[in-house]
Amino acid sequence: MQWLRWVVKPLVFLACLFPATRLGIGALNAVQGWHVAGISLGADPVKVMLHTCGRWTLNFLMITLCMTPLRDVTRSFLWLRLRRMFGLFAFFYVVLHFSVYLLLDQSGKLTALWQDIVKRPYITLGMLGLLLLIPLAVTSTAKAQRRLGRRWTQLHRLVYLIAILGVWHFWWQVKKDIREPLLYACGLTLLLGYRLWKQRQAAARRISAAHLARPDAA
Amino acid sequence: MRKKWMDSAKVKPSEITPHDQYLSRRAVLAGGLGLAAAQTLGGFMRPAAGQSAGQTAALTYVRNAAFSVKDAPNSYADITTYNNYYEFGTDKSDPSENAQKFRARPWSVAVSGEAEVTGNFTLEDILKPHPLEERVYRLRCVEAWSMVIPWVGFPLGDLLKRFKPTAKAKFVEFKTLLDPKQMPGQRSGVLEWPYVEGLRMDEAMHPLALIAVGLYGKSLPNQNGAPLRLIVPWKYGFKGIKAIVSIKFVERAPRTTWAGSAVNEYGFYANVNPQVDHPRWSQATERHIGASAFGPRQPTLPFNGYGADVASLYTGMDLRKNF
Repeated sequence: MQWLRWVVKPLVFLACLFPATRLGIGALNAVQGWHVAGISLGADPVKVMLHTCGRWTLNFLMITLCMTPLRDVTRSFLWLRLRRMFGLFAFFYVVLHFSVYLLLDQSGKLTALWQDIVKRPYITLGMLGLLLLIPLAVTSTAKAQRRLGRRWTQLHRLVYLIAILGVWHFWWQVKKDIREPLLYACGLTLLLGYRLWKQRQAAARRISAAHLARPDAA
Repeated sequence: MRKKWMDSAKVKPSEITPHDQYLSRRAVLAGGLGLAAAQTLGGFMRPAAGQSAGQTAALTYVRNAAFSVKDAPNSYADITTYNNYYEFGTDKSDPSENAQKFRARPWSVAVSGEAEVTGNFTLEDILKPHPLEERVYRLRCVEAWSMVIPWVGFPLGDLLKRFKPTAKAKFVEFKTLLDPKQMPGQRSGVLEWPYVEGLRMDEAMHPLALIAVGLYGKSLPNQNGAPLRLIVPWKYGFKGIKAIVSIKFVERAPRTTWAGSAVNEYGFYANVNPQVDHPRWSQATERHIGASAFGPRQPTLPFNGYGADVASLYTGMDLRKNF
């Protein structure tokens, strides 16, 4: 597995950093009036940074949720070795998203943040998703995984709720054109539906297994 | 008219510098050097990428300082590449990308309803009697961003008077062209088409209400509403209907597009009001496009700063209900 550790993971890591790097250069260009790498964030750089980070948070949540189905389909466990990195990148982008919102959009005014959380349902949902992601990021180490045992799996099922909150947050934020949030909602429905389906299959198998073991019970 | 809102305008030095070229060009044009000067200085205009120079023509106009704010205008590039025009797509960059092939000539406008003079008028008929003037107006989008834009046009009221509206005309309704072949956004159901907007007659007759045919001294680019559009600076930007093909005088308030799409979010009046939030975001502040990239938001002014002139139109009305 040396190639996974020394080749695949670093490459994936760099690829995941690409959107943030672009934004970083774009932000510098916007402030300095430069044209480095031809990247421009347009007339409203804050909005572009905010929305790009938000989208990549959702993208990484979706990618993270794709790993289990991919394992099942390809019968390869390699996917699960990448899952933590994708999950942590979802956290990385949501922290960026929140920082852009608080520091650049609202100029760091905590009162404005609090008012938004209380008054604007889509921000309430988003904040809740962000807060719930924190314990998952904190317990993402192998050590925490060993220490928590079964409870680790239970805790990390929160990601389903977090993904729903994220898509919901996006849906309520758009003005009128819901096509993009709808796309995320469809993707998430598939990913969560797959898990429900698998659970029911497993339950059905358990029942028939029990039935086979004690045919007289029927 | 009192011009209190002009005195309250705060201009940061950082906002002025990029526009000095524009100002010098305007001074030359106003000096009467005419077309030759405009052509020599054409290099300064720097049209936005993707827009061929042939599409917009230089206009003859006078500057109306009394109706202009002192704020420095946004760059031509910002105004022509960052705007909402759902007929060409819902992204801010869609209009500039998808409107280039739009044919704004020949054009005609149908005038109908409660007026003595009705019928179809060519664009030339519509424009002919009206001397053009430049007015630098604030624009406040309902999405909580703002710009300052040097429009070229003439008062809407002067146009409407020509049709001799009758006593029954209480409102005026405008419609945008319906042509899904030319306007790809109209093939989606994101809004009801054609776009409809309207004003109460006294609002429409107010001297600040403008029919714009140009921008930065040149005819309107397609993405900004060519060949003619409405500008109502004390209302949210979506009231400024573009590519107008119909003007109708009516007795009752028309069902306008955005109000019809979400009646709790967008009202018929849509006066800029920092006190009345959109249900999903605050209207108390705005991000001024073109200000320092990461500077603070600026407070939104009642009636977008035009309160001294227009607040009297709404005396006795509950602006929380009639938002």
